[in-house]
Amino acid sequence: MDKFLSWMLPPGASTFVGDIDWIYYLILAVTGVAFVLVEVALVVFLIRYRKRPGRKATYIHGSNRAEVIWTSVTAVVVVIIGLLSAPAWNKIKGREGVPPNAMPIGIEAKQFEWNVTYPGPDGKLGTKDDFTIRGQLHVPVDRPTVAMLTSQDAIHSFFVPSFRIKQDAVPGMHIRVWFQPTKVGEYELGCAELCGLGHYRMRAIVTVHTQADYDRWVAEQGHSVAQR
Amino acid sequence: MAHAAAMHEDVMLPPSSRAAGAGVYNEKLGMWIFLGSEVMFFTALIGTYVILRFAHPDAWVGHPRTTPLNIPVTAVNTFLLICSSVTMVKAFAAAQDGIQRSLRLWLLATAMIGATFVGVQVYEYTHLIEKGFVPSEGLFGSTFYTMTGFHGFHVTIGVICMTYVTIKAFRGKYSQTDHRGVEVIGLYWHFVDLVWIILFTIVYLI
Amino acid sequence: MATTATGTSAYTYDHGPAHVDDRPFIRKYIFSTDHKIIGIQFLLMSLTFLLLGGTLAMVMRWQLGFPGKPLPGGTLLPETYTNNGVVLPEFYNSAVTMHGTFMVFFAIMPLLVGVFGNYLIPLKIGAPDMAFPRINMASFWTAVPAGLLMLAGFFVEGGSAAAGWTSYAPLSARSDLTGVHLGQIFWCLSLIILGLSSIMGSFNYITTVINMRAPGMNWFRLPLSIWALFVTACLVLLAIPVLSGAAILLLFDQTIGTHFFDPQAGGQPLLWQHLFWFFGHPEVYILILPAMGMASDIIANGARKPIFGYTSMVLAIIAIGFLGWGVWGHHMFQSGMNPTLGTTFMISTLLISVPSAIKTFNWLGTIWQGNITFHVPMLHALAFVSMFVIGGLSGVFMAASPFDIYIHDTYFIVAHLHYVLFGGSLFAIFAAVTYWYPKMFGRMMSPFWGRVHFWLTLVFYNCTFFPMHQLGLHGHMRRIYDPTQYAFLREMQPVNQFISISAFCLFATQLIFAANFIGSWFKGEKAPDNPWLDNGLEWTLPSPPPHGNFATVPTVYRGPYEYSSPHSDLDYLPQNVPMPGGAGAPHPQPAGD
Ligand code: HEA
Ligand code: HEA
Ligand code: CUA
Ligand SMILES: [Cu+2]
Repeated sequence: MDKFLSWMLPPGASTFVGDIDWIYYLILAVTGVAFVLVEVALVVFLIRYRKRPGRKATYIHGSNRAEVIWTSVTAVVVVIIGLLSAPAWNKIKGREGVPPNAMPIGIEAKQFEWNVTYPGPDGKLGTKDDFTIRGQLHVPVDRPTVAMLTSQDAIHSFFVPSFRIKQDAVPGMHIRVWFQPTKVGEYELGCAELCGLGHYRMRAIVTVHTQADYDRWVAEQGHSVAQR
Repeated sequence: MAHAAAMHEDVMLPPSSRAAGAGVYNEKLGMWIFLGSEVMFFTALIGTYVILRFAHPDAWVGHPRTTPLNIPVTAVNTFLLICSSVTMVKAFAAAQDGIQRSLRLWLLATAMIGATFVGVQVYEYTHLIEKGFVPSEGLFGSTFYTMTGFHGFHVTIGVICMTYVTIKAFRGKYSQTDHRGVEVIGLYWHFVDLVWIILFTIVYLI
Repeated sequence: MATTATGTSAYTYDHGPAHVDDRPFIRKYIFSTDHKIIGIQFLLMSLTFLLLGGTLAMVMRWQLGFPGKPLPGGTLLPETYTNNGVVLPEFYNSAVTMHGTFMVFFAIMPLLVGVFGNYLIPLKIGAPDMAFPRINMASFWTAVPAGLLMLAGFFVEGGSAAAGWTSYAPLSARSDLTGVHLGQIFWCLSLIILGLSSIMGSFNYITTVINMRAPGMNWFRLPLSIWALFVTACLVLLAIPVLSGAAILLLFDQTIGTHFFDPQAGGQPLLWQHLFWFFGHPEVYILILPAMGMASDIIANGARKPIFGYTSMVLAIIAIGFLGWGVWGHHMFQSGMNPTLGTTFMISTLLISVPSAIKTFNWLGTIWQGNITFHVPMLHALAFVSMFVIGGLSGVFMAASPFDIYIHDTYFIVAHLHYVLFGGSLFAIFAAVTYWYPKMFGRMMSPFWGRVHFWLTLVFYNCTFFPMHQLGLHGHMRRIYDPTQYAFLREMQPVNQFISISAFCLFATQLIFAANFIGSWFKGEKAPDNPWLDNGLEWTLPSPPPHGNFATVPTVYRGPYEYSSPHSDLDYLPQNVPMPGGAGAPHPQPAGD
């Protein structure tokens, strides 16, 4: 059961793990302290000041000093949390955040599958060697990939837990989402926005290759596409 | 503990006489508050219009030159509605001076002008629909009918209430000292009028 | 019940001439304009919906814990719902949607605003009734058809709405994407009608509080429950019309072919989200403020001590009311909204936790050095504080937008919303119902079964919802019919099973409450005027109070929290009692001076 009740985040496999996880642990610590303080105080008071015959509660209406203290302390703490979080947000979602050398791909979501368009050997989208594959996302390791995300029908949401990345795919919008895998292997891609009956099985596999394997894979695909 | 002290004295205070309230009678206060809700409703609709129009100016292209709308007619209609506000003011003034006869006539006038406004709007709609300009006609159609439609709906409600008040007036139910019904319906009437001036400007003119 | 024993002994009041109410049954109990009756009507309606919503939750929990296993009694349901007993995705999606919709719009909101707004405001401010009793009646009788219409969704072809309680467009706008047509239309219509009901209620409450306070009941002698209900009414007044507007646009998209949210014709899916959440976040404070207010009253009473920092409590309520309008974007961090807005909304959202912090610490200050009686309402009120804190703190995680990237639309959110809505609102509602039940029905609820229900609820509630945090941290998405589709979720399935079993126990526990509620109505011990020895004006009246409430307009001499005051040899000092101990004691003026 301890594994089930653990407060650790599952291991990740992208550069965002480093940007995001520590914020989580920071907030966990802060709120943890707040939680313990409040609950302990509550329980202690309940026991210490439980009803006793012939005793009257002390007649106090409050204390301005106390009010000022806990108001300002809380305010400062939350503002600090905000200031520490902002950079990660801008890096991951900011319009300027996307690294220039990122490999462009196109992801079109539709009920209930992910269609991925690859730039082909020339590494550029919108050229005739592009090819599209259903339900498989293949990316090179240690190299940023930027996906042009859109949807045909309902709103879907591109979610790769191990990459700590999530972005809604909205019909009529083309949203750039980028990530940089750090470990070769297979990961699950899920849909995180209710999009209809098949929402629960709108799943795909993300395969992270070494650059060499990736190029080989692209070559094969490009080839087989050419055949058709 | 200045705080505690303050509260402590409060305990000793003699009862202040009847809590003053807003100094306005319930119906009037209630109407003002209700209008706050109406403001938010129309803000939502107007906001939608503005957002969609900024996002897709192309959906409004040619407007106003080749617009399906017949602006002169609506301009006249707008003028009518403004007049009805004037007659409403007159009616209220008459009520305050307790001049029953003019109160009745001004109320009647207001109700009838309001009805005319709705009539003209229905006429406008039928013509537009004949021209093929229907609610499903792009963003312009969608927003146009929703906004003007809901305003028209409000005027209709207004006319119904106004008729009711007018009938009461003819029954002599409003005195110089108590004519709350007239004042409250007046508030609503002026509000609906004001909303139209805004809608006319952004939907027809701009 | 030591407290009830001494019930009336201390201060006794002459209730004026015995009030004979000779209105026919139908005017008295069905189409009544009496705010107390209307409150009770709302209570019965919303408890029914609470039960329905809970039942749907059991269906979801069965499917999530034991996917593919036939639902007990499932075979009795039509084929469109189950396939020889096994819940179908269609049914699951409409269950999630209707569960959320029932709970938020037809259970918690009417329970807080409809029930206690109606019942408490006139009584606590010393008014004979609402400012507009007839509009008040209309408000209830528009809420009923709204509820029936929402229910009707289950029985029409295509089933009920199934796009989530947030009904994101275009999924909700295009029936070809869900197969649900009529159901979704009913959803919109129902909420539009319910909106009328809420608006009628809210401007009625606001007018009443402003204009109908008894002599001496100035703003800073108002109980916090009334302050909270007042600010809530303002939020309802201003937020609901925005939802109505959005629902109308959605309705037109579905029926007359407009294109507000349909991108193919230039519509904007995000527009719906902005409109919905611009209403939606104030809405969630509508769902907590009255809970906070009533919990404050009950905690001060249980601690037999003046509320700590009354003024800052009031200011905190007002602050939440204002700030609540500037944070809606925190529901849309991952929606594709401009990222720069994301940063602004993160800061505003984090700041809004400050007023809640103030309230939390003042509750602690109130029990500090108190003389605490643990009557059943007090137990629930204390649980409210400790559970709301958990929910609030989990909100801070999501407020930090970078981390929200990971937990958005996961069970971490589901955990948060149940900690604030069940642990917060519902516990406070249990507290308030048990507290004012004697006043409403003239009988006490069984304290024994009350305690049993409280402790079991507290335990099973936490077993049900706490592990959802872990599910969320593991990446478990919301609104998925069958988690075992994902390899990385399969290993968490034992947690889902544990949650489901706890949830069934939780539901069973609630039946104890239902039984106690209904049983006490007929068999409960007769209630004295003032069972909890409370200072509020309502407790000076007989239980239940007569039609028209006060025989003579009461005069108010002080705030509602004068417990253990040195000016009284008892540990409470009602708001309408002239200063005891004769000399220079002010005397009530004749009514309506
Ligand atoms: C009663 C209803 C209620 C209340 C009161 C709150 C209160 C808060 N909520 Fe919650 N929220 C919901 C109901 C509510 N919420 C619902 C229903 C959803 C889901 C909607 C859906 O998608 O279906 C949601 C979703 C939601 C989201 C969107 C998550 C997502 O979809 O990705 C966010 C993000 O910021 C959020 C934040 C907050 C915050 C910061 C508060 C704050 O107000 C909390 C403040 C309280 C405290 C912080 C605790 C007390 C303070 C202390 C003990 C002092 C110490 C504290 C610190 C040092 C920080 N909420
Ligand atoms: C106040 C609101 C509230 C309450 C009380 C509950 C109660 C419960 N909720 Fe609910 N839930 C929501 C609001 C609420 N929920 C919302 C807003 C959502 C989001 C919906 C969406 O995603 O669109 C949600 C979603 C949601 C999910 C996520 C589904 C998904 O994403 O796939 C789950 C899953 O376990 C769940 C479970 C439960 C359970 C087991 C209970 C149990 O606590 C139920 C226990 C039973 C009761 C509380 C009934 C008790 C009855 C009485 C006391 C009445 C007495 C009767 C008389 C006297 C006549 N809820
Ligand atoms: Cu696609 Cu959910
Ligand atoms: Cu919110």
